[in-house]
Amino acid sequence: MSLNEEVELLKNIPLFAKIEPSKLKLLAFTSERLNYADGQVLFSQGDTGDAAYIIIDGTASVLIGTGNGTVEVAQLSKGDVVGEIAILCDVPRTATVQAKESLTTLKINKEAFFRLVTDFPQIAVEIMRELAGRLEQTNIKLRAALSDNGN
Amino acid sequence: MEPTIFRFIFRHSKKEQIFLLVLTGLSFPFLYYSLDLPKTIINQAIGGKDFPRDLFGYQFDQIPYLLLLSVIFLALVCINGAFKYYINVYRGQLGERMLRRLRYDLYARVLRFPLPHFKRVSQGEVIPMITAEVEPLGGFIGDSVSLPAFQGGTLLTILIFMFVQDPILGTAAIALYPIQGYIIPKLQRRVNELGKERVKAVRNLSDRIGESISGVQEIHANNTARFALANFTARLGEIYTIRYEIYRRKFFIKFLNNFIAQLTPFFFYSIGGVLVIKGDLTFGALVAILAAYKDLSAPWKELLTYYQRKEDSRIKYDQVIEQFDTAGSLSEAQQLDEPEEPVSLAGPVVVRNLGLKDDDGEILLENVNFEIKQGEKIAIAGPGGGGKDMLAMVAARLLSPTSGSITMNGIDIAGLPEAVTGRRIGYVGPGAFVFSRTIRENLLMGARHFPHGDPDPDCFPDAPAQRLAAEAAGNSLDPISAHWVDYQAVGIDEENLNVRLADLLRVVGLEDEVYAFGLRGSLNVAGKEEAGHRILGARSKLRSRLEELGLDHLIEPFDAEKFNTNATVAENLLFGTPVGEQFRLDHLAGDPYVRSILDKVGLTEDFIRIGRDVATTMVELFKDLPPDHEFFAQYAFISADDLPDFQTLLQRADRVGLEGMEPADRNRFLELPFKLIPARHRLGMIEDDQQTRILEARKAFREGLPEEQRSALEFFSVDQFNLAASVQDNILFGKIAYGQADAGNRVGAVLAEVIESEGLRDTVILIGLGAEAGIAGSRLTAPQRQKVAIARMLLRRPDILILNEAVSTLDSGVQGPTIARILNEAADRTVILIAHRARLAQPFDRVLVMRGGRVIEDGSFDTLDKEGTALRALLDEE
Repeated sequence: MSLNEEVELLKNIPLFAKIEPSKLKLLAFTSERLNYADGQVLFSQGDTGDAAYIIIDGTASVLIGTGNGTVEVAQLSKGDVVGEIAILCDVPRTATVQAKESLTTLKINKEAFFRLVTDFPQIAVEIMRELAGRLEQTNIKLRAALSDNGN
Repeated sequence: MEPTIFRFIFRHSKKEQIFLLVLTGLSFPFLYYSLDLPKTIINQAIGGKDFPRDLFGYQFDQIPYLLLLSVIFLALVCINGAFKYYINVYRGQLGERMLRRLRYDLYARVLRFPLPHFKRVSQGEVIPMITAEVEPLGGFIGDSVSLPAFQGGTLLTILIFMFVQDPILGTAAIALYPIQGYIIPKLQRRVNELGKERVKAVRNLSDRIGESISGVQEIHANNTARFALANFTARLGEIYTIRYEIYRRKFFIKFLNNFIAQLTPFFFYSIGGVLVIKGDLTFGALVAILAAYKDLSAPWKELLTYYQRKEDSRIKYDQVIEQFDTAGSLSEAQQLDEPEEPVSLAGPVVVRNLGLKDDDGEILLENVNFEIKQGEKIAIAGPGGGGKDMLAMVAARLLSPTSGSITMNGIDIAGLPEAVTGRRIGYVGPGAFVFSRTIRENLLMGARHFPHGDPDPDCFPDAPAQRLAAEAAGNSLDPISAHWVDYQAVGIDEENLNVRLADLLRVVGLEDEVYAFGLRGSLNVAGKEEAGHRILGARSKLRSRLEELGLDHLIEPFDAEKFNTNATVAENLLFGTPVGEQFRLDHLAGDPYVRSILDKVGLTEDFIRIGRDVATTMVELFKDLPPDHEFFAQYAFISADDLPDFQTLLQRADRVGLEGMEPADRNRFLELPFKLIPARHRLGMIEDDQQTRILEARKAFREGLPEEQRSALEFFSVDQFNLAASVQDNILFGKIAYGQADAGNRVGAVLAEVIESEGLRDTVILIGLGAEAGIAGSRLTAPQRQKVAIARMLLRRPDILILNEAVSTLDSGVQGPTIARILNEAADRTVILIAHRARLAQPFDRVLVMRGGRVIEDGSFDTLDKEGTALRALLDEE
């Protein structure tokens, strides 16, 4: 896959949809495209965050370690962005991400990501929207869990 | 050293100077005849009558007679020239030999200076003294006796000749000499004083430069460049003023000399002319006198110059010598003598009433008394400035105590030669020095005490002629090409030396680091063939191992028939490692041979077009970034400085088309594709067709490479070791693939496993030992330098080991384990550790605590580690 194809893919991700192509090209150029084999770990819970990942192809599972083993909390597929929270808030990775079958990602390192966010407020807004959405999702799940408990 | 330069000359070159004098004396009769002959030629041969004449029993007519005399004249000229040539060469050689002796003596003295002296005299002062300042002395020494004799003799010969011709004219010629002889020295004296000042000012200047270089970090960090420059300007101004004053006076002296010399012909023309007109002097005699006078001014000038040089040299010698006569220096015997029988210091160490004061009378050590049993392990702790480090230096005989004594095995170490102290006592200080050689050389330095075995007569300085010259100059006669490693001290023979070095690396904890150097290093050690062969074995082993593990996609191997998408286009074309400049990445586009290959396979236009496309992309991507943005350094093909250039180039390309551009502009585009790594950059610009033609170019390049350029490239070859590439690259023989997660680490792990299983680890360590340490060990980290110094000391197995805060720069976690390994290595020997942290004293048999230059506590760690002791206080502080 060449740089231009990567740019096409980025365009289709809501987060980057409103950014002009030349900036996306820079993002793609300064990012590393990485292939993972089945079971290979992108990053582990507790690591310091140094990069965000965009799934280009394949699927990955998001795993959270609990007192009794790990639980898969989500699955990621083409177009998903993962790992941006750790670099935004400077907190350790909150989950482990592992490749399922073969996986291709675009790895955006911390500096490039920050530069993008500061240069393009639209991205910041998109990220806010995305995060707010996730928060909403969590709240719904939490409510459901509480009411389950209540019953 | 001899107090004056003339004593130095007399003592070391008496015979040669006399020989030169005799030779000079022999040359005078010929000189005299060559002056006299023109008169005979003019008066007798050209102007004479009564031919034919009798000469040596033969009859000569006028013309043959003239020709004969002319031929004799020519012969005399040749003889005079030959004398001059021989004398000059001999003199130059003598001067150089004496200069060599002087420099050697000075350097030997530097090596004997007492250590505190280096607090007063800086590198910046000492270096120019031994190099530049004494340089003119050599020339002077060669000339010192024979030049005044020769020029004086020449002068005298000419004068005698003139007096014989005509006493009045002779008197006229020298009438002004007494005046010159009186005034010139007076004027010269002030110039000499200025000369002295200048020497000092220049020393000062070089001291300042040396200091700035050593402290350049501080200058940057504290923004003191302006102050440094102002300071430097002041020094330069000083030199300028002195020099200007010297020039004014020196050239006035010259002017005076010239004027007086020009005054004399005035007498010749007037008085001589009158005498010729009156008939009291023949015309031929006047011509000869005039000719002689012209010859006269040369030696006279030389004599005056000689006088100036003599004064210069005298001053320089005095000024240099006074800096090198240092009280408290080691004697030559202490520096160089071998003991008649081997001396062992393996025995008790007894310190009695030891005292040490510095130059200002400050007490550093006072009444220190203790004994150490043979083999005992002692740690000395105490606050900084308490005297523990001073005690260590005195015990290593690096400092001489002001009072008291240290005996080892019953021998007072004060008078021992370094051949004993520097072999039987081991010392490593806190900031050990690593020399600008390989790590291996640095380690062996600890055991390089004296030469043994036969020197190699083909090695330049050990050739017989060179050795004779060194002997004549009083230099060291120890052959540099002989064996120097003291295998007896190391306790091992030559074959096992490498094993021993590897052992020591483990003891000091440097093994892994040297191993890493080895992986990055190239094969430059002895046993190349065998090691290279085994590395090739590891190459195929790595390949099969990666296949077994299903990891073979992590490396794209070099294949002569395939384009390697993880290598640069340049590497794909050259298919080898450049040696030297010619085929370096940024020179390729300009290299005529590379260009001819590109033309041949029809890639030139493609490359220029691709270069244009790369430039377009780069300008598009990077044009909005600030020039100092890190992306430029990390990702851009074009530096921030060049980006505007390329913008203009692209505009021009749009206007006139690529074909219409100037060759220089086209070259700028041509440079870019070489840097492309298709798998990494993903620009999709090197398409299949171009890849095929790059492979054609690769083939053509290899086949057509002219013989004389062969050495500029080491080709990749599956079954050959590449001497220009690192060991690691040789084993990988390919590129780690881009875009495979964690590929570097995963391949690294398999690589380490293969090296281990193939038994190559020792070889790699050996190669790592050949890594250069850099200037003052600058390529090593401070802890690495310390480790090298400790291993260097351990190598020669001293009886007593003194570690003066030697591990303080190591990471605190490894200090204790390193000391434990050293103690284990020196199990049967005495060890004295100066502990920068009291906790390190724990594994030692006994602990001394020093404060205020005295020993205040002495006992085992456990007995001292209790409430109220100084040791406990030190432990609590940590």
